[in-house]
Amino acid sequence: MEKFIKHTGTGVPLRRSNVDTDQIIPAVYLKRVTRSGFEDGLFAAWRNDPDFVLNKEAFKKGTVLVAGADFGTGSSREHAVWALQNYGFKVVISSRFADIFRGNSLKGGLLTIILSQEEVEDLWSVIESAPDTAITVDLESRTVSYNSILLTFEIDDYTRWRLMEGLDDIGLTLKQTDSIDSFEKNREEYKPKTIPVLK
Amino acid sequence: MSKTLAQKIWDEHIVRRAEGEPDLLYIDLHLIHEVTSPQAFDGLRLNKRVVRRPDLTIATEDHNVPTLNIDKPIADPVSKLQVDTLRANCKEFGVRIHSLGDAEQGIVHVVGPQLGLTQPGMTIVCGDSHTSTHGAFGALAFGIGTSEVEHVLATQTLPLIPPKTMAINVEGSLKPGVTSKDIILAIIAKIGTGGGQGYVLEYRGSAIRALSMEARMTVCNMSIEAGARAGLIAPDEKTFEYIKDKPHAPKDFDAAVKYWSTLQSDSGAKFDVEINLDANELEPFVTWGTNPGQGLPLNSSVPNPADISDAEERGAAERALTYMGLTAGTPLKKIAIDTVFLGSCTNGRIEDLRSAAEILKGKKISSSLRMLVVPGSARVRLQAESEGLDKVFIDAGAEWRNAGCSMCLGMNPDQLAVGERSASTSNRNFEGRQGKGGRTHLVSPLVAAATALRGTLSSPADL
Ligand code: SF4
Repeated sequence: MEKFIKHTGTGVPLRRSNVDTDQIIPAVYLKRVTRSGFEDGLFAAWRNDPDFVLNKEAFKKGTVLVAGADFGTGSSREHAVWALQNYGFKVVISSRFADIFRGNSLKGGLLTIILSQEEVEDLWSVIESAPDTAITVDLESRTVSYNSILLTFEIDDYTRWRLMEGLDDIGLTLKQTDSIDSFEKNREEYKPKTIPVLK
Repeated sequence: MSKTLAQKIWDEHIVRRAEGEPDLLYIDLHLIHEVTSPQAFDGLRLNKRVVRRPDLTIATEDHNVPTLNIDKPIADPVSKLQVDTLRANCKEFGVRIHSLGDAEQGIVHVVGPQLGLTQPGMTIVCGDSHTSTHGAFGALAFGIGTSEVEHVLATQTLPLIPPKTMAINVEGSLKPGVTSKDIILAIIAKIGTGGGQGYVLEYRGSAIRALSMEARMTVCNMSIEAGARAGLIAPDEKTFEYIKDKPHAPKDFDAAVKYWSTLQSDSGAKFDVEINLDANELEPFVTWGTNPGQGLPLNSSVPNPADISDAEERGAAERALTYMGLTAGTPLKKIAIDTVFLGSCTNGRIEDLRSAAEILKGKKISSSLRMLVVPGSARVRLQAESEGLDKVFIDAGAEWRNAGCSMCLGMNPDQLAVGERSASTSNRNFEGRQGKGGRTHLVSPLVAAATALRGTLSSPADL
């Protein structure tokens, strides 16, 4: 996973709340067995609308999506994160994210930042009137800045460290194999097993 | 210290706890399906890793499979590739799979409980948000993303931060014609689609205790629609009875029951939030909008966005009405339906089919609509056929299909056409969920059956 320390880019205002995962990427686009190429399905139902924000020239190069509340509700499809990343987004800002979506994004290196609804509204007005406004997201100092505004956000130390180091969660856990082994030794016998197939 | 049920199960599964880090939690059962697993297996291959516990892992095919002509190869080449990839991955990594045609094939959340693999006190995960279904057995069960699927395959654990807990007390008794689906739709309308975010919801109270296991699964299934990752119901005699004869029931059943009986929130346990709902007051519920929180009792009318004070919600309601093609003030019962879908992991179990068949028996569905009846699993289908339910549906004019997710999501051949309107027993009424441009009203199996007979949204009382 790529390290995330600091990113500067322009914003894309998505003035909608409750953007669910079926809007981010409809199910028909989930059939690929790879991790790439999902950008074509991003917001597919809205992409035909010339007035949709991603279709406006001024926002085509944006890398910071600024969305309404409850972004990413619905299914656990990580394809939603891949679609945003494949399209070129590095950061999503909202006042509230669905839990699974947020978990997926932070695992995959798409930084999801929670700001207050007021801060989101201010950001919307600024980028709508001046789409070129540079937005800097600094994970090290946990800040979002644009023009002369400096906003702080929260993220737990562990996730921040993992993102800044670009570390793979699995590799980290595999270092704890001894603890897993000893946990398994004490596991109750009556717990069900699925009977694996023999190779 | 007094603990809630969620805390008890959590604490039992901590492999490692360290200051400033998430807990490393052991996973007892990992369910897999074709859509969210291919990239996870790829990751394993790339890093030369193996599946740590194939014996705690099980796969089934559900999202992409057709529900007609299942003896023929899957027609859509991309769907076929995904299913074939799952089969190949399971073979390579030694994971048991129930493929199309197998009696245990079906929707992953129907298959786990019917095999008896879902048991109280377990941690269960699946790359699917409706894993919350299994919470009906007093298991801590939640949906995960593909990176986490890979993590569980490789380590049988997940690094996680303990959730907060919310008690939802539902007291009283349901009126005839009101079901567990109406309970959960009313809860979501009350707390909102984000209301459960960060919480495990524990459903409690006399109305919940009175529900069958299948009805409890319907409630827990839709916890995610309230924003919660997991729902829980403490196990009781009904739970034990349900598991008893299942293929994977514990051999030492008494020892298991002894432990399971301790799985309740302690009387002094403190929840972060408590919510109360009066079951006596509930009516059949139906959604009018494009998220599951936009629901009302069936006797009401389409709401007027102008009456909503919150600007954000008003805008959402306006957009929803445009998408749904509805006019404020229209009585919900006047809304004409094109397709009735009875199925999904919310309401595709045998009891759901029985309760709908009861209403349809000896009658004909309205000529203005089609009705799809899709059992949640091949086993449910066999059971229904042995009870003659298939005949009831077919004689009524409905289509009797094979098991799968079917019209719950627009991924397989069963989809709504643009502008088509459904009454659906599934769990999501998002824009395009059942097919591009399709319009969904979420309902209980009873309302689905009554609607099929009358052609407009109806409850059994209207017949
Ligand atoms: S039936 Fe619907 S909600 Fe359930 S697993 Fe299938 S697609 Fe998901």
